[in-house]
Amino acid sequence: MSSRTINLTLRVWRQTSPDQAGRFEKYEAKDVSTDASFLEMLDQVNEELVNRGEEPIAFEHDCREGICGTCGIVINGMAHGPQHGTTTCQLHMRQFRDGETLTLEPWRARGFPVLKDLAVDRAAFDRIMAAGGYNSVNVGNAPDANSILVSRTVASDAFDAATCIGCGACVAACPNASAMLFVAAKVGHLATLPQGQPEATKRAKRMVDQMDIEGFGACTNTLECEAACPKEISTKWIQKMNRLYLKAALISDET
Amino acid sequence: MSLHSNSPTGPIADRWNKHKAELKLIGPTNRRKYEVIIVGTGLAGASAAATLGEQGYRVRVFTHHDSPRRAHSVAAQGGINAAKNYQNDGDSVHRLFYDTVKGGDFRARESNVHRLAEVSANIIDQCVAQGVPFAREYGGTLANRTFGGVLVARTFYARGQTGQQLLYGAYSSLMRMVDTGRCTLHTRSEMVDLVVVDGRARGIVVRDLVTGELSVHVADAVVLCTGGYSNVFYLSTNAMTCNTTATWRAHRRGALFANPCYTQIHPTCIPQHGEYQSKLTLMSESLRNDGRVWVPKQAGDRRAPNEIPEDERDYYLERKYPTFGNMVPRDVASRNAKYVCDEGRGVGGTGRAVYLDFRDAIERDGEDAIRARYGNLFDMYQKITDDDPYRVPMKIYPAPHYTMGGLWVDYNLMSNIPGLFVAGEANFSDHGANRLGASALMQGLADGYFVLPYTVGGYLSGNRAEAITEDHPAVREALAFVNERLGRLAGIQGKRSVESFHRELGMLMLDKVGMSRSREGLEDVIARINALRSEFWENVFVPGSTASFNQELEKANRVADFIELAELMARDALHREESCGGHFREEHQTPEGEALRNDDEFCHVAAWESNGPGNEPTLHKEELTFEFVKLTQRSYK
Ligand SMILES: Cc1cc2nc3c(=O)[nH]c(=O)nc-3n(C[C@H](O)[C@H](O)[C@H](O)COP(=O)(O)OP(=O)(O)OC[C@H]3O[C@@H](n4cnc5c(N)ncnc54)[C@H](O)[C@@H]3O)c2cc1C
Ligand code: FES
Repeated sequence: MSSRTINLTLRVWRQTSPDQAGRFEKYEAKDVSTDASFLEMLDQVNEELVNRGEEPIAFEHDCREGICGTCGIVINGMAHGPQHGTTTCQLHMRQFRDGETLTLEPWRARGFPVLKDLAVDRAAFDRIMAAGGYNSVNVGNAPDANSILVSRTVASDAFDAATCIGCGACVAACPNASAMLFVAAKVGHLATLPQGQPEATKRAKRMVDQMDIEGFGACTNTLECEAACPKEISTKWIQKMNRLYLKAALISDET
Repeated sequence: MSLHSNSPTGPIADRWNKHKAELKLIGPTNRRKYEVIIVGTGLAGASAAATLGEQGYRVRVFTHHDSPRRAHSVAAQGGINAAKNYQNDGDSVHRLFYDTVKGGDFRARESNVHRLAEVSANIIDQCVAQGVPFAREYGGTLANRTFGGVLVARTFYARGQTGQQLLYGAYSSLMRMVDTGRCTLHTRSEMVDLVVVDGRARGIVVRDLVTGELSVHVADAVVLCTGGYSNVFYLSTNAMTCNTTATWRAHRRGALFANPCYTQIHPTCIPQHGEYQSKLTLMSESLRNDGRVWVPKQAGDRRAPNEIPEDERDYYLERKYPTFGNMVPRDVASRNAKYVCDEGRGVGGTGRAVYLDFRDAIERDGEDAIRARYGNLFDMYQKITDDDPYRVPMKIYPAPHYTMGGLWVDYNLMSNIPGLFVAGEANFSDHGANRLGASALMQGLADGYFVLPYTVGGYLSGNRAEAITEDHPAVREALAFVNERLGRLAGIQGKRSVESFHRELGMLMLDKVGMSRSREGLEDVIARINALRSEFWENVFVPGSTASFNQELEKANRVADFIELAELMARDALHREESCGGHFREEHQTPEGEALRNDDEFCHVAAWESNGPGNEPTLHKEELTFEFVKLTQRSYK
């Protein structure tokens, strides 16, 4: 680790509440260690604001390890910033140059109303999950775990979809603010495993329909979602989901 | 007050079945008449909510997160234990029971631990049915790895993201119950107080984190699944919003806090790198399956690790503990890392780090095999440190990670306040003075899927509570109390940020109530914590209003509780004149520097009753008896 410090100018979206208009404000981030994470840089700016008696910049975060999916800032127009396969919290300041100006905005999508500054409401994702994003299995009636054999490749494939952290970067990056990659990852995870088969088509239909109800846009294959996804989830899952959705439409009694 | 564990008696292997048979039942159609509040949606909360919902109770679920799936359980990396004996290597319910009691340095309740081991196998079945993509062997069966403190491979895992996948499983079951209308979900809703009516837990006060609005929710029983309190140390491996508020507020309303000084400092974390640091990152214990821990033999050896020849390296864990080697329990590994750094043999810029080296494993199994096992952890390490662990050894150092202490509960997981249940990391029950790796996930899910659904029902069947409204004096009092407290916090308008108080508290705690504790240090720190509390309530600065989205206010309310808890931790550590597990009193050690227990005087659970901040708490003891595991000096040599 070779540690240096850099200075940056931040243009940050400030908005006091969902129904107020927002605007950009300028802040200086001084003497930022290049070993600090992006959020630690913001902590530093916020502590200075608080010490001056001002309200800090609201942003969301929790694990700071790239796994909880809470953080998410659009940095210079890129969801989660410039580093591929990286959440905002795992982005480190060594990715930036001294003297750079960075623009920080919240996820912008009809399905994700802004709550304050950089924090948005992603409850729509939970409502999509409640529309069938599960295997219907009560506690107490599961068979012995090894009675369901799953090949290594199938398990690993399912994992690649299941790793989606529900951060919403796919929506933020999509010109149509579509949530297809999120929904496809969730549908694909369960549909890949034998345990998820009985409800596979019904699940796809209900979740996609709920996505539409929530106001997310349609998918026009721009693939921006895949490029922004911090877990590098492939758009092949969207094709798989589309096939399941079509099948569900054909078997109407399944819906 | 005398404490009854309500543990069943008789042969240990029959106790849980016997107890279940004795618990009263509520018929399926009557269950919908009962309302249960669950606070927390981690493994414990999500699994409890889903299962109680499946059974037909009306369940209301609260979390301060924006989604249940973000609970801190999501960050667990390495795995979950279960006594399946799929590896045919001699595992059994009894062995898991024995390992856990011994790992906890003989400070846990036997009955509880045995039940945990018994239900462990069903947890894996349930998770697989939900679609958890566990690692598999080529033949399609489940794969296992080994964790510290044991000699069998019983840990199930999903790459380095086991907690995430288990939580998504529990979350999906919870969302299924939301879909059916049996569970109602309240996100961004923080419990800020407990409502006790006629001595029974009847509800909670909740702050809406978006609008700042306070509301009261009443029910027939309240279940806290709100996680651990490692963030009292400021820097820990826990997520930033992990807090003690729910458990601490319950404590202030009469619930006993048990063994608060039992905290776990995890040996393999990325060392601190700067002043601005906000949290520490765990590198899963599973890495010790393949990584070898070492430091230079010579103090002050500043050469790059790859330039230090084999015979000038000290693989100190392998040398001191030949049987368990790098897989000794966490408390032992952490303490030894501290010792070698204290001797001046630590590495890295600060000298507070040891190497975790994968060179030999990569030579033996190839880089691809190592990548398949730990790829995401190696990537995370590289993103944070800018070092490539495939080429140079990782640098690691112990960090606060898990809290074995928590609210006191009986065998039913009910606190001393009837109707208040506590599960997961928030209770004190199963891990004694040291938790073994991969056992927290097991406990959270055991509590939620297999224990609470029986014991909550058992309580409700005999305790139909009177209906109360929001006009009840106890409800009004709780609401007024919270209103006043938050108003006070926002009104102080002092000069210091919340963060600066939290940082100072953390430094005090790490220094005096961390890996090594002494009478002198503890007495000193109690006085300092008291002074810090006074200053906090006079000089903290919270910008913004109480009636809005206000993250500084949220933090201030949590830090205020951490300060009070910190004092209790120090008092508990002072009272416990012995060393056991993660609690190490310098005055009590063997000649080799191992923890020296005092079974004659301290074979008890210390459960503390609050008498308000600044006042000495009252100690209640639950004596521990060991009928099935013999009390011995732990040895991992
Ligand atoms: C980095 C890391 C890795 C780990 N790896 C492993 C591992 O490999 N194996 C293992 O067995 N264990 C591991 N552990 C430990 C384990 O993850 C935790 O002990 C366990 O997940 C705790 O689960 P829980 O359900 O009790 O609490 P949590 O998952 O912490 O959930 C707490 C819940 O309570 C809610 N909450 C808290 N306070 C309030 C409040 N006042 N109001 C409303 N809601 C509130 C939160 O929103 C959250 O939903 C690890 C821990 C860490 C930190
Ligand atoms: S804070 Fe958890 S993913 Fe970034």
